[in-house]
Amino acid sequence: MSSQRIPTLDVTAQKLKSNARLSLKDQQLRTNMRSAMDSLISKRLISMPDEDERENLRELGNKIKARALSQLPDLLEQLESNLTKQGIQVHWASTTEEANAIVLNIAQARNAKQVIKGKSMVSEEMAMNEHLTEHGIEALESDMGEYIIQLDNEKPTHIIMPAIHKNAQQVGKLFESRLALPYTDDVDSLIQSARSILREKFFQADIGISGVNFAVAETGTLLLVENEGNGRMSTSVPPVHIAVTGIEKVVANLQDTVPLLSLLTRSALGQGITTYVNMISAPRQPDELDGPEEVHLVLLDNGRSQAFADSELRQTLNCIRCGACMNHCPVYTRIGGQAYGTVYPGPIGKIISPHLLGLENTPDHPSASSLCGACGEVCPVKIPIPALLRRLREENVKSPKQQPQIMAGQGSRYSAKERLLWKGWQYFNSQPLLYKTGTFLATRLGKFTPNKLGPWTQNHSAPKPAKHSLHELAKKHLEKKS
Amino acid sequence: MSARDKILASLRQSLEGTQPLANPFDASLVDKPWRYKPEERITRLKELMTAVHSEVHLTSSQAWPALVCKLLAERAINKLLVAPTTAHGKALANYCKNENSALKLLAYDRPIEEWKRELFDEVPASFTGTLAGIAATGTLVVQPSPAEPRLMSLVPPLHIALLKASQIYDNLYQAQQHWPKPMPSNLLLISGPSKTADIEQVLAYGAHGPKDLIVLLVDDA
Amino acid sequence: MSHLYYNAAPQETRVAKPRKAPRSYPTHKPTHIYLYGTCVVDLFFPEAGMDAIHLLEREGIQVNFPQAQSCCGQPAYTSGYSQQAKDVARSQLALFTENWPVVVCSGSCAGMFREHYPDLFKDEPETLTQVNALAERTYELSEFLLKVCKVELIDQGEATQVALHTSCSARREMNTHLHARELLNQLAQVERLDHDHESECCGFGGTFSVRMPDISGAMVADKTQALQASGAQQVVSADCGCLLNINGAFEKQNIPLLGQHLASFLWQRTQAKQEPNT
Repeated sequence: MSSQRIPTLDVTAQKLKSNARLSLKDQQLRTNMRSAMDSLISKRLISMPDEDERENLRELGNKIKARALSQLPDLLEQLESNLTKQGIQVHWASTTEEANAIVLNIAQARNAKQVIKGKSMVSEEMAMNEHLTEHGIEALESDMGEYIIQLDNEKPTHIIMPAIHKNAQQVGKLFESRLALPYTDDVDSLIQSARSILREKFFQADIGISGVNFAVAETGTLLLVENEGNGRMSTSVPPVHIAVTGIEKVVANLQDTVPLLSLLTRSALGQGITTYVNMISAPRQPDELDGPEEVHLVLLDNGRSQAFADSELRQTLNCIRCGACMNHCPVYTRIGGQAYGTVYPGPIGKIISPHLLGLENTPDHPSASSLCGACGEVCPVKIPIPALLRRLREENVKSPKQQPQIMAGQGSRYSAKERLLWKGWQYFNSQPLLYKTGTFLATRLGKFTPNKLGPWTQNHSAPKPAKHSLHELAKKHLEKKS
Repeated sequence: MSARDKILASLRQSLEGTQPLANPFDASLVDKPWRYKPEERITRLKELMTAVHSEVHLTSSQAWPALVCKLLAERAINKLLVAPTTAHGKALANYCKNENSALKLLAYDRPIEEWKRELFDEVPASFTGTLAGIAATGTLVVQPSPAEPRLMSLVPPLHIALLKASQIYDNLYQAQQHWPKPMPSNLLLISGPSKTADIEQVLAYGAHGPKDLIVLLVDDA
Repeated sequence: MSHLYYNAAPQETRVAKPRKAPRSYPTHKPTHIYLYGTCVVDLFFPEAGMDAIHLLEREGIQVNFPQAQSCCGQPAYTSGYSQQAKDVARSQLALFTENWPVVVCSGSCAGMFREHYPDLFKDEPETLTQVNALAERTYELSEFLLKVCKVELIDQGEATQVALHTSCSARREMNTHLHARELLNQLAQVERLDHDHESECCGFGGTFSVRMPDISGAMVADKTQALQASGAQQVVSADCGCLLNINGAFEKQNIPLLGQHLASFLWQRTQAKQEPNT
């Protein structure tokens, strides 16, 4: 079975449709994704079997995040003030360029040559690896999945399981070709090989980079969850730790993290808790013998404040990045994460990416959904994802000039012709006589329906209208009765 | 305008005239479903930790030093990183001395920079205390300290942790009520040896942290 | 890129809609109802609408079919043309002047009435009252038969095996996905067979099926294969949008199966020896 891998560099968000077409033909990808997603779906359910417990907790999770958003600027300032007091340096970046410049400055000030990274989707957003590499600094991923795809020069296919689209044979071949290791598809051996290579990298690294799962304003605490220990290594072995995160990750206090943590790990992996929960509130203290001397937090906006400005779209920022929406998404399961061409794939990717990149760069994302609702049903913080997709479609087909302007790239799929068609549709459906005449004609001329009807007949036979409409049949029947 | 001011101004503008939402926190939702009788706490913790490849040994405050030596001997490990200044460090040192044990006790008594290579390459096991345990999730609460620094429970392939049964809480919410204030520079929840399922979702232990975790559960009731 | 682009007015932060309590149903069968056929049934599955009428009449209910009905507005709504959807919705609102239940032959159109009309008209307080009242008395057909009419079906047919496809709207908006199952369970000679990934979308999604034909096609191909692999002789669904998609794909793929609307299946299984008790 040949795997037609989409080369990373050709993947752009604008090409969702053609990327998807390619991915759909990749049987290996289809098989790998389907079995992985099925397993994640069942693990989640096994870990939250009690509907009341689950649903009450989801409601609480939603309210906690909504409350945090309702006082976001205050919480960010509180977080900054507490972290600063505790010795963690806080930086703010409106754009990914600014965020990269901040990281580069810190690295250059330390004369850093090697950076080791724990898993961080925000660093993917920033394309931090590419940026650091351009400036002569090696940036190496240490999360096993991230490491694998970095070796293969790919982008993550899933926000929690970056290499979930590959099977063990594919990873074995990759290690054989890139690391000159003898081929094996034994997962334990593969992991042990990566472990020993990366241990040395942790040892050497000048800087460790991590993401943040929750930033606690009240105590000035960065909370990180992980199973592998690479997050702990990245944040405690190198002399400098830089955490990068989106501004929406702040929560009011420590107790808020209790339900959120439980929702996150169970929704993501079906685990009651991850192996490690790492809470960092300060750099190495004078009496301590290890830990980073410098800890930095970079708070990134990158379009989040745009989503924040509209109360419906603001709900996008509830996200705690568990990936459950993609695990349950029939579209994601079939096309895989890379076809989206965005850092965040799947349903959450479709509603957050337009803010990060502009609708003009993600024109097909809002439409690439049947609105089946599976994502909204499982979202641990109850983001109404289908409603937000619909809303983005609205912004996408608006006239680019229409006020108020809610989003960058508004109207990227605006078409006067299509708008006119829908106006015609509206007229047809709100004029009973016209509608009845229309359906009458359609039923009588049904046999002349062409066999090719655009994209519909790609997957279907041409639809043949019935001989008589229900309007006619019902009228006849009901008149006869009375 | 700095990025900070720009971001905050924009967020404030979007919230102009609105009120922060009320605190919705409801402790019963995170506490009630996860409560256990005292005797169940040990069983549950043991069950959950064992399920993720940890070894849990029930022992007593007298017997645990001997158990440490025995477990290490079984693994042919003759070196152990342990904090000499802690009560459990002293107890272990005393035991080893009295028994003329061949086990060599190493101390993390200098900054990491002075012995990083040795810690990474030559320390097969470490032994630390814990702040608490959590029954609901099978979790240890570990607070790195000057005596037991961060890397002690992370870098050596085997981590042995001492947990007193009296310090097992039902759930994370309850455990949190007893955390140090202010928060220490680092606080950890550890729920097993390091693991990954990043390849085909096949679980593999010993990803980056310890490959094995042994919990000595001391019955101090 | 700069993102200081928007100029939305400040708005309160939203919390999710609270979880709905299970729906309570009238204790008595109504004497009259409105039947909302839906545009897909009107043009492609009129027999399903007629069989719905037969089933309801057999329950002693007088069925009214407003001749001015057309479409619920969903295609425009989900395509992002909410103004056009709203105008059509307004014309449909005017149909149901009597305070009778509105029985809808499809989960997604019923979902449109109950879930999305209130959203469409949220800025028109007066219409919203009317919309909320409509939402309250809107039922999906299987829900109405089972929960309001409390039908007791007597199977008259030969032994058969069916696979049931449940629409996403029935499952996730209307919460009626188990109703069709219960109705089928009443039929003694009908064995319902599960199929693989039953809760998964068939890939229709209205205009999604023509905007994203590759992805939609992959979804429906998996669905038709799962339905076929179930070994069932018949496929049944309570949503004609899904059926349009599934049947068209069956035919295109030369799979010798044809999905039938639940109403037609129930009527055919039960009417042979029973006269409608008018």
